[in-house]
Amino acid sequence: MPERRYSARHWLGVALIAAALLLLPFALAAVGQTWVRVVNLALLYVMLALGLNIVVGFAGLLDLGYIAFYAVGAYAYALLASPHFGLHLPFWVTLPAGFVVAALFGVLLGAPTLKLRGDYLAIVTLGFGEIIRIFMNNLNAPVNITNGPQGINLIDPLKIGDWSLAKNEVIAGLAVSGPMKYYYPLMLLTLAIIVLNLRLQNSRIGRAWEAIREDEIAARAMGINTRNIKLLAFAMGASFGGLAGGLFASIQGFISPESFGLMESVMVLSMVVLGGMGHIPGVILGAVLLTSLPEVIRFTVVPAQQALFGKVLVDPEAIRMLVFGLALVLVMILRPGGLWPSAVRKRELAERHGQGLPAP
Amino acid sequence: MTDIVLSGKAISRRFGGVQALSDVSFSIRRGEIYGLIGPNGAGKTTLFNLMTGLYAPDSGHFELENRSLDGCKPHEIVRLGLARTFQNIRLFANLSALENVMIGRHVRSRAGVIGAVLRNRATRNEEHDIEARALELLEFVGIARQANLPAGSLAYGDQRRLEIARALATEPRVLALDEPAAGMNGSETQALRTLLKAIQGRGVTLLLIEHDVKLVMGICDRILVLDQGRVIAEGLPAEVQCNPRVVEAYLGAPAGAAA
Repeated sequence: MPERRYSARHWLGVALIAAALLLLPFALAAVGQTWVRVVNLALLYVMLALGLNIVVGFAGLLDLGYIAFYAVGAYAYALLASPHFGLHLPFWVTLPAGFVVAALFGVLLGAPTLKLRGDYLAIVTLGFGEIIRIFMNNLNAPVNITNGPQGINLIDPLKIGDWSLAKNEVIAGLAVSGPMKYYYPLMLLTLAIIVLNLRLQNSRIGRAWEAIREDEIAARAMGINTRNIKLLAFAMGASFGGLAGGLFASIQGFISPESFGLMESVMVLSMVVLGGMGHIPGVILGAVLLTSLPEVIRFTVVPAQQALFGKVLVDPEAIRMLVFGLALVLVMILRPGGLWPSAVRKRELAERHGQGLPAP
Repeated sequence: MTDIVLSGKAISRRFGGVQALSDVSFSIRRGEIYGLIGPNGAGKTTLFNLMTGLYAPDSGHFELENRSLDGCKPHEIVRLGLARTFQNIRLFANLSALENVMIGRHVRSRAGVIGAVLRNRATRNEEHDIEARALELLEFVGIARQANLPAGSLAYGDQRRLEIARALATEPRVLALDEPAAGMNGSETQALRTLLKAIQGRGVTLLLIEHDVKLVMGICDRILVLDQGRVIAEGLPAEVQCNPRVVEAYLGAPAGAAA
């Protein structure tokens, strides 16, 4: 690749975006701390969706049990940094541990499913997700590893030395809350994962993933070791999930198997599909929309009902799922490639609808 | 002493009740164009699938440059220098023509995850090289102008050419083409012939399954004829053409002898 030269305008744009991202938590805190928490949650889901996008979007392997890696990462962090085992390892051990253990679980899931595709793969991965959750639920006897359904409590927050990211404090005259402090490492890691994804997609490995998605037999005939490349996709995807899981555990301070149900896997998959499978900006959009919209609804439905009827007639939770379902159906009908699809996916759909050039 | 680049010895393969290949042996000399013909169902494509490692033979061995291919995976066989195209074109239809050929460079490049993420000088140089080689191959097969079009949108003949370019990107010693002229008209076939000669000129040995008799007879140095999984003739095109067993396989037994 020739070295690119960036113009002054380009750098100005970068500086403006950086400033906006730096100031975002303060702007949100002015509205309410809840919104900072929502953004933090959205960032976690962006990491998850980008991880799943590697498996589903790039390599074309449908994974319905992705949340298992989130669980593995969260439990790895929790077991290494909580009173449960009396271990309180620093974040630079616990977070990478979640990352690595999740990657190993990715390979563990990938290895037996190498020959499966489509529906069959979906069923097996769905089973895998449930197995992990059920293990977490039951590994409290005979040896108590996961503390079963009660979950693990009092998980250490991220700490740099003795400086905890969970505590509210006043820095240079500014009130800085725990979630606001968490925002920065979350944003940093999310940006790192975005860069990683962009670079992977546009590389020899990324092309091999695309080749497998398009035609596995042809990919093999091109000398691609489909076994290793698929395992790599599973491991990379899982590791981002594991990292997000570790962060989740540190933010929440409490985890239980309940947080890692099938619905969560479906949620993350919906983000990928709704945003635009295989398209990094689309996937980010999907994750941000699907995490923030329900919160917006939650905060508008109750006041709206009180204003209209004087009381709350319908539970906001019910409306949330209704609107969510409706939105999914509408997007799939009107924009089957997702809200922001990749060029490749657009072509694929055009062909399927007979607008493309005829296949021989 | 002739220089054998690819050989098969006593290859047999059964699919359920069908003996697809029985005791097929052949040897291909370096630099020649070797034809593989036979009626439909003779086992030509099966032979391709066996030697490129998609299936394993029940018995028999392949050797590429004196190295046994026993137990080799498809990707290992490509690395050793045997590439193929498919009878029913198998391009990565939604990717651009250029990307298709770049994927063909996979086996001759090295960058892994670390390289991709760091995008260090070695990786950037490699990427640059991959793209340059891919463009050069598109140029060679004559479809450089369509480099950025999705492969699936190319004209049929160009898709065949793209598949050849993609296979050439793996730097094969032997290129196995499964019916490259299928569905082509006269002038396209003529152009294909020129291309095959040019590939031969690059020092690549060609193995060609083809139904177009004129093309096969005109271009091949030697021909192997299969019928119902068995070798019924091998030799120069002129010899094969008047071999009574070949005539029988294609046209049926002479009158009176037919069952």
